Amino acid sequence: MKNLPIALRMLRRNAHAGEARVLAAALFVAVAAVTTVGFFADRVRGALDQQANELLGGDLVVISDHPVPRPFVERAAAEGLATASTTTFPSMVAGSAGTSLAEIKAVSRAFPLRGRLRVAGPAAGADREAEGSPAPGTVWVAGPLVSRIGAAEGQAIRVGNATLAVAAVITREPDSVLDYFGIAPRVLMNEADLAATGLVQVGSRVTWRLLVAGDAKAVARYDEAMRPLLARGERIEGVRDSRSEVRVSLERAQRFLGLASLLSVVLASVAVALAARRFSIRQTDGAAMMRCLGAAQADIFAINAWQFVLLAAAGCAAGTAAGYGAQAVLAQWLTGFFSVALPAPGWRPAVQGAVIGMVLVLGFTLPPLLRLRNVPTLRVLRSDVAVAEPSSLVAYALGLGTLSALIVWQAGDLRLGAMSLGGFAAALGVAAAAGYALIRGLARLRAGASGPWRYGLANLRRRTGSSLVQVMALGVGIMAMLLLTLVRTDLIVKWQKSMPADMPNRFAINIQGDQLPLVKAYFAELGLATPDLYPMVRGRLVAIGDRPVSPASYEDQRARRLVEREFNLSWARDLRPDNRIVAGAWWNPRADDPQFSVEEGIAKTLSIRVGDTLAWDVGGTRFSARVTSLRKVEWDSFKANFFVIASPGLLERHPASWITSFHLPSGREEVVNRLVERFPNVSVIDLTAIMGQVKRISDQVSRAVEFVFLFAIAAGLVVLFAAITSTQDERVFEGAVMRTLGASRRQMVLTQLSEFLAIGLLAGMVAAAGAVGLALVLSERVLGVPYEFNWVVPVAGLLAGGAGVAIAGLLGTRRAVDSPPLAAIRALG
Amino acid sequence: MNAIRETQDDGALPAVQPVIVRAEGLTKQVSTPDHELTIVRGATFQVAAGESVAIVGASGSGKSTLLGLLAGLDVPTAGRVWIDGEELFAQDEDGRARLRGRLVGFVFQSFQLLPALTALENVMLPLELAGLADASARASRVLGQVGLADRLGHYPRQLSGGEQQRVAVARAFATEPKLLFADEPTGNLDSATGAQVIELLFAMNRERGTTLVLVTHDEALARRCDRRIAISAGVVEA
Repeated sequence: MKNLPIALRMLRRNAHAGEARVLAAALFVAVAAVTTVGFFADRVRGALDQQANELLGGDLVVISDHPVPRPFVERAAAEGLATASTTTFPSMVAGSAGTSLAEIKAVSRAFPLRGRLRVAGPAAGADREAEGSPAPGTVWVAGPLVSRIGAAEGQAIRVGNATLAVAAVITREPDSVLDYFGIAPRVLMNEADLAATGLVQVGSRVTWRLLVAGDAKAVARYDEAMRPLLARGERIEGVRDSRSEVRVSLERAQRFLGLASLLSVVLASVAVALAARRFSIRQTDGAAMMRCLGAAQADIFAINAWQFVLLAAAGCAAGTAAGYGAQAVLAQWLTGFFSVALPAPGWRPAVQGAVIGMVLVLGFTLPPLLRLRNVPTLRVLRSDVAVAEPSSLVAYALGLGTLSALIVWQAGDLRLGAMSLGGFAAALGVAAAAGYALIRGLARLRAGASGPWRYGLANLRRRTGSSLVQVMALGVGIMAMLLLTLVRTDLIVKWQKSMPADMPNRFAINIQGDQLPLVKAYFAELGLATPDLYPMVRGRLVAIGDRPVSPASYEDQRARRLVEREFNLSWARDLRPDNRIVAGAWWNPRADDPQFSVEEGIAKTLSIRVGDTLAWDVGGTRFSARVTSLRKVEWDSFKANFFVIASPGLLERHPASWITSFHLPSGREEVVNRLVERFPNVSVIDLTAIMGQVKRISDQVSRAVEFVFLFAIAAGLVVLFAAITSTQDERVFEGAVMRTLGASRRQMVLTQLSEFLAIGLLAGMVAAAGAVGLALVLSERVLGVPYEFNWVVPVAGLLAGGAGVAIAGLLGTRRAVDSPPLAAIRALG
Repeated sequence: MNAIRETQDDGALPAVQPVIVRAEGLTKQVSTPDHELTIVRGATFQVAAGESVAIVGASGSGKSTLLGLLAGLDVPTAGRVWIDGEELFAQDEDGRARLRGRLVGFVFQSFQLLPALTALENVMLPLELAGLADASARASRVLGQVGLADRLGHYPRQLSGGEQQRVAVARAFATEPKLLFADEPTGNLDSATGAQVIELLFAMNRERGTTLVLVTHDEALARRCDRRIAISAGVVEA
């Protein structure tokens, strides 16, 4: 510790040097980026943890896709636990002003067991806690329905065949965390009215829940006793069940934002390495002198390491404070997502940020520290004695290893980690290759340039390594922003434009068999094209060949979810034009052996091949048939399509509902209103509204990601300053020589300007090329829309890069222009 | 040629004193692209405690290299050096640094003050490196002795060349070394300032009974020393 006071004293002075500021700034940006995401995620997690049972509506919930079996209710009663039940499903509701799809939740009297609903309304006054749940004959509705269908307090709305009075407007539901999860606004009703609606029918998408609450020990006993009894389509979610869907989605979002924030850490590490190297060069003679005065190598190491650690601590502390402030902005932007208040964040993200900052410092300052440790003492007599440089690859291996470990850790699993690592490496590698080629190309132009411009370009070429690092770091930052802003909206607009004008924009579901001729007649009556109606039977996949199927048989999360739920099976005689056979053959309509055709994507996910026999369970009846073909489906035709289609004759005897999609010209909303009036069980889903909602969510999420990428741009600028600082003495000396030789201030500014303008333009080019390349791939491969080049992207990239870097560069090199020449030459010559 | 010429300015032998520096066959060679260059060749001599010795020679004669070898700042190609009875090159780099911290002080032509530290802090540095508790008080006292009591908080760039060299002298004497090496201590100073610094250096040397080994090409300065060791083309002349 004897070295700490010396380090502190030296730092007091060194802290004013450019490289020390750059080092602290790099850590500030990296830690701010990481802690912003960390604090925000912590608040969301905190909300989930603190209100876990409130969010659940009870201490434990049994969730089922069929009515919850009696034993679950009986056992709860035997344990002395309170119970409540809910039945949820989507349905159309009609008011005096129109119709809308709604998420109906029919609840028993005791609902909710934990937490309270909050309601408001003209009569209810301001937002207040509700007493219990809606009385029979009444509903409580979500705010949006009030104006959309005319459902103010006191008015009546139709839910299926029942007419119910609106008694309150819901402002907060305890068991809904994220507002966007439901595709439609909530209607809460009493379960006593459920039968009257006539909505729970064959093919309805209904979820039954049994909420349980009471003494913790009894709940634990209940949980233990009932879990082994769970059948297919049933599950238990507890307060400590960390795998709930909400949690999984949030973890995924946090992981993604975390990875985005690591881009700043990667760029900051470049700045740290540059600044630490410059620091070590400046300390070389001092270290030799200290050796001369009796300092051991360990002392030299410790004195300088302490300075780095102290600087880093300051940067990390400021970064954490900034991260704390920034998460509030992020939370504000994403506020629409959460129906619960977010608690204050804990201290963990701060520690995490500090650890990342310190690890970054240790990883990337070690080589310069080792260099100082090895300074030959003879330098006190002869300043030309060279310092042994540690092998940079070996020395930086620690830093690179640390960064890789950070990325893998943030990604949460090895595969995603390796992919992210590959992505980072590929992005930087491509940027480096492009940057190098551009620097070489631009330097050739210097013969044609005049005066200061020629010197500027010559400098660019001479400092190829340093220029390249700047081009890469800034290029990657600008590219991230271009992708999120211009390219994203561009692609969405192009994709929407690529859709035919008469593309279906409504789905009608839940049509019963006896209503088919009536529905067709209704469309004909209104002069609309008769829509194609497809039958739908809900069934569970039980075996592939002689392999029984259960979620446990799959590693893949999507596969697990698919087999957990019921499939919508359909049957057809002929292959539809928007389906194409990719393996096997479509059936001969006259063949009488039952067959299946499976969509190729799902076949891959579930490992189904042509020739496999699939066994299904539909309402307790089991049947099986062979897969004879795999199909490619054009999902974006927005027509009703099915993963699994059976040949005629296999499914007809099972209860079915029908689905159709149709194009509703704007201004003809009355078609839907009257359809629902005539067939109250039919639900119409407005695709335009859903797409609008998807767009709104994507806008909000991308704003959050943009926000995180702003740190990457800041980190890119810190790299720029680090590079400027590392060449500062050189620039000041050259400036002094130019001044001595008669250069005007204007010429000096132009020399610096040309170099930075070139770096900025090159970074802009790298960014634009990367963004255009990725847009091309996304457009052609993912969206299937021919790519159209958009001039705005490269122009914006070049403008952002050129102007930004030129301004920042000139600010950073003021000293080179303004230093008195004699002093500079004396000091540095 | 090829031997040491050690002269006593007044012709008399010094009183019998223990030897503080002993060099034996000290040789330094460096490789150049076409041949091996010998900078110091087989230097053998000794310096008694309390003596002041000037190493003199023309530019490029190898005097600074010899000083570097004597102080263990550089490693010889061949030969051995003992400081206060301890063999210098039998120790590793850190061992030599510790030995310097304990026994040796330095004054350089280019002062070699750390720009990040104030005058006081520069003088405190060797005391702190040696782990001494009252570094600040001792450093202030020595700075007072060199006439800089009112400049303690000044940074090197706020001091004149003469003042900077006085800080360096204070730093050299702060640890009360037995042996002081000085490399062209007036080389960067004008003659008047240089003379003042030399006065100070010799006065403090005398007061403390320190052994002084001085490299210079200034004849007048060399004459003030008890003895001269002349070096020419790497060879210490007898």
